Amino acid sequence: MSLLSIRNLRVEYTTARGTVAAIPEFSLDIAQGESFGLVGESGCGKSTLIMAIMGYMGRNGRVAGGEILFEGRDLARASAEEWRKIRGGRIAIVYQEPATALNPSMTIGQQLMEVPIAHGGASTAEARTRAERVLADVHLPDPDSVMRRYPHQLSGGQKQRVVIAMALLANPSLLLLDEPTTGLDVTVEAAVLDLLNELREKYGTALFYISHNLGVIAQVCDRIGVMYAGKLVEDAPAAALFATPRHPYTRGLLGSLPRPGADKHTHPLVSIPGVVPSAGRAPESCGFLTRCALAQPGVCDAAPVPMEAVSGGHLVRCARWAEVEAPAATPASATVAPIAQERAEIVMRADEVSRMFPVGKRRLLANDRLSFVAKRGHVLAIVGESGSGKSTFAKVLAGLDAATSGRLDVLGDDVAGKPVRKRTAAKVAAVQMVFQNPDGTLNPSHPVGWPLARALRKFGIARERKDVDARVAALLDMVRLPASLRHALPRQLSGGQKQRIAIARAFAGNPELLVADEPVSALDVSVQAAVINLLLRIQAEHGTTLVFISHDLGLVRYLADEVVVMYLGQVMESGPVAALFDPPYHPYTEALLSAVPVPDPSLRTTRIRLEGEIPSPLNVPPGCRFATRCPRKLGAVCDDTPPPARDAGNDHVIHCHIPLERLRQSEPVFRHAS
Amino acid sequence: MIRYILRRAVEMLLTLLVASFLVFVVTEFSPGNVARKTLGAFALQSQVDLLYEKLHLNDPLMVRYVRWLGVLTGTVADPLQDPALKLDFKDPRGDRYFGNFGYSTMYKAPVNDVLWDRLGNTALLAGLAFAVIVPLSLVLGVLAGMNAGSVLDRALSTVSIVMTSIPEFALGVLLVAIFVVWLHILPGTSPLDSHSGWSIAQQLVLPVAVLAIYDAGYVARMVRTSMAEVMAKPYVRTAVLKGLPRHRVILRHALRNALIAPFTVILLQINWLIGGVVVTELVFAYPGFGRMLLDASLFGDVSLIEAATLIALFVATSTQLLSDVGYRVLDPQARR
Repeated sequence: MSLLSIRNLRVEYTTARGTVAAIPEFSLDIAQGESFGLVGESGCGKSTLIMAIMGYMGRNGRVAGGEILFEGRDLARASAEEWRKIRGGRIAIVYQEPATALNPSMTIGQQLMEVPIAHGGASTAEARTRAERVLADVHLPDPDSVMRRYPHQLSGGQKQRVVIAMALLANPSLLLLDEPTTGLDVTVEAAVLDLLNELREKYGTALFYISHNLGVIAQVCDRIGVMYAGKLVEDAPAAALFATPRHPYTRGLLGSLPRPGADKHTHPLVSIPGVVPSAGRAPESCGFLTRCALAQPGVCDAAPVPMEAVSGGHLVRCARWAEVEAPAATPASATVAPIAQERAEIVMRADEVSRMFPVGKRRLLANDRLSFVAKRGHVLAIVGESGSGKSTFAKVLAGLDAATSGRLDVLGDDVAGKPVRKRTAAKVAAVQMVFQNPDGTLNPSHPVGWPLARALRKFGIARERKDVDARVAALLDMVRLPASLRHALPRQLSGGQKQRIAIARAFAGNPELLVADEPVSALDVSVQAAVINLLLRIQAEHGTTLVFISHDLGLVRYLADEVVVMYLGQVMESGPVAALFDPPYHPYTEALLSAVPVPDPSLRTTRIRLEGEIPSPLNVPPGCRFATRCPRKLGAVCDDTPPPARDAGNDHVIHCHIPLERLRQSEPVFRHAS
Repeated sequence: MIRYILRRAVEMLLTLLVASFLVFVVTEFSPGNVARKTLGAFALQSQVDLLYEKLHLNDPLMVRYVRWLGVLTGTVADPLQDPALKLDFKDPRGDRYFGNFGYSTMYKAPVNDVLWDRLGNTALLAGLAFAVIVPLSLVLGVLAGMNAGSVLDRALSTVSIVMTSIPEFALGVLLVAIFVVWLHILPGTSPLDSHSGWSIAQQLVLPVAVLAIYDAGYVARMVRTSMAEVMAKPYVRTAVLKGLPRHRVILRHALRNALIAPFTVILLQINWLIGGVVVTELVFAYPGFGRMLLDASLFGDVSLIEAATLIALFVATSTQLLSDVGYRVLDPQARR
């Protein structure tokens, strides 16, 4: 018997424009102890489903039909008292943003102890013992001291461990996970995923994991469901889903992700055209109809498409699944031709660039003597965890901040100490930036054509109204947006469209160098692929140098030509992308790579997990910055002496005390299981 | 925490010192000179000039300010009490003691004899009003905020707006019309005189009611907004989905966070209740601090104005200190 059985569930919301079915009809079974993952872009109804299971839909939401059977009870008809016992007791939930999920004015201990007291009426002493035991289970060092702390005194990863501990305290039989690692660093994410796998074995809890990230789902789940427009469109064992995806939407999602070992020259990302229809607007027959390249009139738009079995345990909701062959080979035309010239001109040269912030009497070195170069037409990726100083460097380069020492030559001029107001208009136009959050970078009260026109005028590209209009239209066309969109306000645009506007604005002044700080990390995977493709195409056409700041190594592997790995303000390793992803590795790079969630269950990865937290930048180790967390630390020399720069050939430099010969001996992180 | 409070207390003293200088400058520059105000309108100009001379009022401003500070701290004798002036100004406490605010020319008595009675009366009124305002506004605001969007919320919000929109004097007149003129159960004036046939308690009912109704509506709206905001926070969702009973979610998780923002606003009401309730005091002929300050200003009673303003400033800075300390107690993130 299933633990959770959702039968023909319909969830409706009452809005100003009438009743909207966020989930028109949904059925799903989860067995005892199973680990089920549900993927889909934002707006597909994943969170609505989770909140419907928890009975938490706000004043305007309700279950309008069907049933949610959990341990034999119908949750859709549970009383307030029954709910109180189920929530937190039988079904617990882990949230997307641990920072906001914990009460800022209560200690961790108080918040944890409430659970056993509310469920099963434990005494304060019992509750304390149990809370401490669970904190130890989620591998938080010194549970006693954690209990006394407030949420703001913990790091993001620690907070998520606390939230997981809280969820497990009453020993629930079902654990709902709502994007629990989104927003966490890749190394922290890997540790949290390991923890979930470990706890699942220890507690025997069934997991219901929702995410837009197939890579993450692949790490944790045995069975995967794909949700689109409020319906389940594919349901299969994890291995089968990745090996033989049947639904065009599933294929689209997989095609949007960079596969390990693939890059822009060989395997271009394939995005899904269009956007997720808003709730209740999807076609009745097949929700994916409007975006599907394989849709056939008369077949796909006739009657609601039923869920059909492909093989044992593999179900798909597609009218043409049997006719449509396995995934077609990717069109070769979309690949980016490799850059021919080996020794391209150097556009940007950082030479011992430092950015120091005085904090009281102490010094915070956000950037410590950074030296590397970017070549014309190449993509230079800077990777590292939060706190590595990569964004600080991006700001110095774009002129939003100034370096405190060192040289930063851009097109022959030193701009290290020159913020934008001290740069000439031509230099400002030559170095442009695209930011992480497209929502915050567009003025909500101006139509989106306005920043484009303004940039054109400021940089003297066009002055006459007619010229400006023509140029704006050309820019919009360049980013594949209709010209009519220039009169739209930012709120009328989707996240992907906003980021296209940001890219168009950055290219208004024909930049030589474009700094992109996590430009796609706030976007859904399919949109991410489209924006990346667009960015690479424009960049290649214009011969622009791209400095790409990212924490996503999968993406970096895909698009970069050269990579710089930063940790705590310093460069750990730099070199051509191919060299970085194969031994010899810097131990930090190796750890970062092994933390990448790979969307391919057939691939084995080395498992290296970093212990402890990234040290405070105010209190950096005198020797190697990475020494405090390095799994391959040699000894005192690492703590006391700054590591030498070891040249592994072909511009590949590793800053490490370990000799190259030994670094060369490590196994590649990604291996095919044979 | 103790160090923080000490540091803030020192800052508060410095603020008071600077403020006292400003108060001194403004009152000394007000039209009419101090000697004329002291002697009254019918004194001869020669007498005024003589007194002017004897009080050293021609000295530079800084010198006079330091002398005034000296009188206040008890290091310098009050020049007005000098028997040689034959003004017959006598203070039973002597002419040299800490906290000597000088002599009130309007009441022909030491400021200390006038000030503290009035302040006491106002403190009684303010204290009672505050004791009603805080629980009333919290109950109204929390009930509305925790059910944001519901019929109850809309009803309570409307009541709050109506309460705070009626001006004090109109509310005073309205209440007098009902309870005095029509029902005859309460007195129309509150001179705090126990021989007027009404008990002190009865005399206090209407002024307190006016202040409470007028102010509670405003504070309730602040509390409601904050509470509604907190109820929509993810950590309140966490608390609900932990399976906690609703009262525990409200009391343990929502309330404390919801009170952080309105806490400052609530304490600011003390300042208003001490110095700013002139209208209510006038309507009910209440012998309060605000009315005294108004009278002193109209008369030009320099010493009394200075003293009263300083007291009001002291109350204001004290509540500020209290609110900053309370803020740190309520919000652990502010304790860093």
